[in-house]
Amino acid sequence: MSLLFEGILQAFKLILTLDPYMMQIVLLSLQVSGMAVLFATLAGVPLGTYLGLKPAERTRFAGKLLYTLMGLPPVVAGLVFYLLFSRMGPLGVLGLLWTPAAMIIAQFALALPIIAGLTMIGIRGSGKEVQETARTLGAGKLLTAWTVVRESRFAIFGAVVTGLGRVIAEVGAVMIVGGNIEGRTRVMTTAIVLETGKGNFELAVGLGLALLVISFAINSLLYHFQGGGKDNAW
Amino acid sequence: MLKFLQGSKKTKKIGFKSLLPISAILCLVLTINLLSGCSQKPPSGQEAKGEPETGAKADEFIILATTTSTYDSGLLDVLLPAFTKKYGIEVRVVSKGTGQVLEIGKRGDADALLVHDRAAELKLVEEGYFTDRQDVMYNDFIVVGPSADPARVKGHQKVMDAFAAIASGGHNFVSRGDDSGTNRKELSVWKKAGIDASGGWYLSVGQGMGDTLRMAGEMQAYTLADRATYLSLKGSLNLEIVLEGDPVLFNQYGIMSVNPAKHSHVKYDSARKFIEFMMSPEGQEMIASFQIGGESLFFPGKGVAD
Amino acid sequence: MPGSEMILEVKNLSKVYDKEVINIGQLSFRRGRIYGIIGPSGAGKSTFLRLINFLEAPTTGDIYFKGEPVFMNGRGAGLPVLQKMTMVFQKPLLFKTSVKENIAYGLKARGFKKEEIQERVETLLKKVGLNEFAGRLATTLSGGEAQRVALARAVAFEPALLLLDEPTANLDPSNVELIERLILDLNRDTDMTIVMVTHNIFQARRIPQEVIFLHEGRVVETGETEKMFTSPEDPRTRAFVEGRMIF
Repeated sequence: MSLLFEGILQAFKLILTLDPYMMQIVLLSLQVSGMAVLFATLAGVPLGTYLGLKPAERTRFAGKLLYTLMGLPPVVAGLVFYLLFSRMGPLGVLGLLWTPAAMIIAQFALALPIIAGLTMIGIRGSGKEVQETARTLGAGKLLTAWTVVRESRFAIFGAVVTGLGRVIAEVGAVMIVGGNIEGRTRVMTTAIVLETGKGNFELAVGLGLALLVISFAINSLLYHFQGGGKDNAW
Repeated sequence: MLKFLQGSKKTKKIGFKSLLPISAILCLVLTINLLSGCSQKPPSGQEAKGEPETGAKADEFIILATTTSTYDSGLLDVLLPAFTKKYGIEVRVVSKGTGQVLEIGKRGDADALLVHDRAAELKLVEEGYFTDRQDVMYNDFIVVGPSADPARVKGHQKVMDAFAAIASGGHNFVSRGDDSGTNRKELSVWKKAGIDASGGWYLSVGQGMGDTLRMAGEMQAYTLADRATYLSLKGSLNLEIVLEGDPVLFNQYGIMSVNPAKHSHVKYDSARKFIEFMMSPEGQEMIASFQIGGESLFFPGKGVAD
Repeated sequence: MPGSEMILEVKNLSKVYDKEVINIGQLSFRRGRIYGIIGPSGAGKSTFLRLINFLEAPTTGDIYFKGEPVFMNGRGAGLPVLQKMTMVFQKPLLFKTSVKENIAYGLKARGFKKEEIQERVETLLKKVGLNEFAGRLATTLSGGEAQRVALARAVAFEPALLLLDEPTANLDPSNVELIERLILDLNRDTDMTIVMVTHNIFQARRIPQEVIFLHEGRVVETGETEKMFTSPEDPRTRAFVEGRMIF
């Protein structure tokens, strides 16, 4: 239909002219999701490494829990954090509701199980062997852990990129805890919902395209890491 | 042979020092970013009331929870910059259905509310949740449907008769189903008409006004809409007004502040300033002159007697 | 006789999984000697190496390092002891870094100075015939090359005790020869104690000075290599060294 065609045409114009409203939204999206994934990496990689080095039989419950949380619907995470951060909620005094910080925390909760879970799977393959090799070579606990992480870096980067891909595309959690406030908590996905409702298809399609481009970049990275990373310079 | 055996040994640090500065920088950046996120909302307990003039007035903001109809229409895009310019107070808008907005307000998660369910508003003011309620503007609801009008709604004057015609003919009707002001109005009409709105023809979609209109257009169904949203979307819809003017369809918007007696953290003074601005001749004039495609969407003040 | 100092001694060492796999009353290893552990498959040879390298905790028993008890009543060995020994696995795992970085790993873990590391790595690369491979990604090496890197990596920090688990299994003759040569050189030039597990009775006769014959987790017989091969006391040892024991 011409609506779609027109939308795409206008959308390209918005992208090519670096429309400030749109750029601001894209930037905030990257900031919020980037922060969330950074924190989730700092917490999830050690956790996944720890679990991955334990025998699978002994981490069965933790594994099941992680797998379940990996599929946690964003709206459920949003709801939980809304109730926590609401003024009447247990963390209400922090005044976090409707702020980017709340969005980061909610997305952190979505990314953490993915990063920890996929790291765990990645480590389980050869982590034990790496750990033993490092130990026999006289590495202390910290160096051993670092070596295990470094040796599984492709799997771990894959995990991180998967986490980023998930949170940047989710709408449920950021909508509920962020409130889609213009210039403050409006990210690409919530803006698409809003602009579609308002009938601003150009902007909605433009943001959709931007999201696609970012997803493509993220998945190209993922593809690269899952291929084992041909350039092993690092 | 093997002269590497004469080596000076030193048991020192482990060799991944290079990691430490990186993670330190990361942590710093993260902390700063998070703090800046937090700082957008001042710590609780610091209320508008008796707040010392520190000169940071321009940074202050209030949260306005409002219905999607006022937000999507673009009215606030005109009003809020004028208010901010005058008072130096930023208004951050969270737009949801009226039911949700009232709930957000009751929980103290907003400072000011702009909604359209007069009876519910007055009741909640009475219960002490909200205060300083003013009838800020009005417009009306309309019944829209396909131009072919298979249910022959156009012949009716009363919305109850129109709804009865739609129900008895089993013509598709799309309901917001989101506990919004419009949804509440629609449900009250079904109730007054004594019709059990259920069955294959009645589609409760749980969407905002814009999406509901769009769905009704795609399905060539009837729906109840607020005039402002309909007018702002009319161009991309395949729907026309089939009934208007019934006094039952009158739509009064109210503006009010969350009661600081219930929630001490709310920025009551700033919220009051916002209400004063909206009720001022300047604000009322801006509402009156807001038009889309040559048509007024809202009318200032109170449009009905109690 | 190069030193009679006891490097490692085990007493009443046992390991039980579903069934008992190791039960050794007493065994000791002295400085500067090469020990060969032989025995049929399932005799517990690799498990024994893992136990004395503290990769696994024994079910019972004590381990003494240089006369000091390092594993008693379930307490494990600390880093200072662990840093004095190392093991080369049958299929070594090389880190996904350069060959040079692999060899430097243990040195870095011990806080060696940069120049010292550089010097040792270069010496070792020459020694194992891989000086042209210094910058190559270690995981792209062939089996024999990888085993040589693993050996270089293990001896770089001069462990007092070097454990080798089937170091030449699955290697081609030229690599076998090279690695055997390296082991003998180490023995000649250093006072490292080397314990190698092998299923190859010819290698067991060529390299070690002392041989331990393990069977069903128990030490059947130990002694000087020549004696073990020419006049073993136990009929099971005789059967094994004459190649009559199925394994």
